[in-house]
Amino acid sequence: MLRGNHDAAALGDDVRGLNTQATVLAAWTRRQLRKRHHTFLRSLPLSVREGDRLFVHASAAVPERWTYVTGPRQAALSMEAAEAAVVYCGHVHDQQLYFMSRAGRATAFRPQPGTPVPIGSQHRWLAIVGSAGQPRDRNAAAAYALADLARNRITFFRVGYDFEAAAQKIRRAGLPERLARRLERGI
Amino acid sequence: MVTPQPGAEIDSFRLGECVHRGSMASIFHLAGANGELPLVMKIPLLGAGERSANVVSFEQCRTILGALAQSPHHPTLVAYGDVETTPYLVMEYVAGTRLDAWTKRAPLPAEEVARLGHALALALHDIHRQDVIHLDLKATNVLYRADGTATLIDFGLSCHRHLPDLLAAEFHVPIGNWVTMAPEQIVGERCDPRSDLYALGALLYELATGRRPFGAPISVGQLRKRLHAMPVPPRALVPGVSPWLQEIILRCLEIDSAKRYQSAVQVAFDLANPAQVSVTARGESRARPSAIKRLAGRLGARHFAPSPPPPPVNVLTPRPVIVVAIGADEAGEPLFEALRAAARRRLTPDARCRVACITVVAPAVDLADDTPTGRHIKQLVSLRRWAKPLGLPEECLTYHVLQSNEPVKALLDYVAVNEVEEVLLGAGKDAAQVVALAQCSVTVVRPPAVG
Repeated sequence: MLRGNHDAAALGDDVRGLNTQATVLAAWTRRQLRKRHHTFLRSLPLSVREGDRLFVHASAAVPERWTYVTGPRQAALSMEAAEAAVVYCGHVHDQQLYFMSRAGRATAFRPQPGTPVPIGSQHRWLAIVGSAGQPRDRNAAAAYALADLARNRITFFRVGYDFEAAAQKIRRAGLPERLARRLERGI
Repeated sequence: MVTPQPGAEIDSFRLGECVHRGSMASIFHLAGANGELPLVMKIPLLGAGERSANVVSFEQCRTILGALAQSPHHPTLVAYGDVETTPYLVMEYVAGTRLDAWTKRAPLPAEEVARLGHALALALHDIHRQDVIHLDLKATNVLYRADGTATLIDFGLSCHRHLPDLLAAEFHVPIGNWVTMAPEQIVGERCDPRSDLYALGALLYELATGRRPFGAPISVGQLRKRLHAMPVPPRALVPGVSPWLQEIILRCLEIDSAKRYQSAVQVAFDLANPAQVSVTARGESRARPSAIKRLAGRLGARHFAPSPPPPPVNVLTPRPVIVVAIGADEAGEPLFEALRAAARRRLTPDARCRVACITVVAPAVDLADDTPTGRHIKQLVSLRRWAKPLGLPEECLTYHVLQSNEPVKALLDYVAVNEVEEVLLGAGKDAAQVVALAQCSVTVVRPPAVG
């Protein structure tokens, strides 16, 4: 498990780039947290290395800066900094797979949910596995990805969840309406 | 890397005789304890210079063969070695004759061109519906099995629309075979299955005329000619080429992919049913393009922008053919009109869909099969009369008078072979049987009740 920017914000860290609603949300979360929760969140690493794979919330270039990987250029910087065959990250909510040739050119690829993608050794890879909630593509389903280490491939998935209940909870907690609506509309 | 030799052992596979030794790869039969196995091993040659691109192309080939469902239209992948240490692919050995055995003998009679082209179009359709585009179609990459089935080989430059295209970033020149390459490939578009139809057209052109539509370009400048020029019509080179065949070939070779056939199964269909091809001026023409036209084309080509590729198949499911079965003896305008209304509801505005109007009649015993009898013609006329009010362009309609004593079986065979999406038929005595046995959706249509 990794520390993300919203975890850091809930801990009271100064997190760059949070919008108003996210700031309201972080303040709310902070009020709910007990000491053991703080201790747990503080214990989470910014990145985890496992063999030739690196797991990180945002760009691996400087993880604590929470840089968004929104295109091939940022992806290349993250892959170069990671020194790993595959970087798994989030932060950006859309599922995306970048690959970089030995010449250092990164290319973006939009994975098709359910189709396994072979992760060849001739390229370096960066997988944005997608988010649960606010997926930005008007599909309310949550996103995840599975890495098959034996066969060297990644499969991206979308899965339905009870977003209406989640939205109701947001409303009941008195949080901004827009946050609830984004879950429902997948934006 | 040491050049492998017969008898060598790689990952417990023992190499048999060498089948092919090329600049990119060597192919060996594999031997088992009891002699040869029906398998081959392809070993890429990874020299110093082109290493990166060759390895990537090897990976692409492995990935795509691995993603394709087993079929006679491409070799089945059995095993593969580690790309870093022992790169190889073990595949089914396809015993067959390469298409270049025929191109060498070209020009060939129309029937033979159509037979070869039909099998090849079906093979392309098979990979296209799995969202794979070959992109390196040439005579040496097509094998014909003894039963006439075409098998595509060498997917090293191919593209799978749901997998990352590893090749695009590796090359700085247009990737593929320059003789058969489609205009959009020249400018780097690798996602359009209609590029394979252009290459198919180029191969048909060569089979029909003995000439390549644009020769064998050796520079990108020469290659770019096809961005603005249509080839010389086959009938200008070989006067005996039938207009229907020229129509098919030149439609495949249209510069703009949106003006070509939109699916390989439609090419297959036309090649199998020459009588159904609606021949336009394009099919009849014997004229070489005039100097003015050539100049205008060249000026226009500066702004060449490929048409956007169609969406991938498994996102857009409708298959192109809808059959309307029009019973020979259950005539009646109310039913005809109900069938038309049902057909209209299914027509999408983008006209990708094709309506095949079918009637089944008992075979005429006293005449050769392909000679239209008076009755046959009468049926064709009534099919056309049925379809006219739909107001569809000619290329969206085909008419078939199937001759059989078993109308249900004839219809079902047609449905299976042509991958029909839906059958519309009147509520007659055979309807229940068609509903029960057809592999696709069947809608039974009734005229509105009177009174």
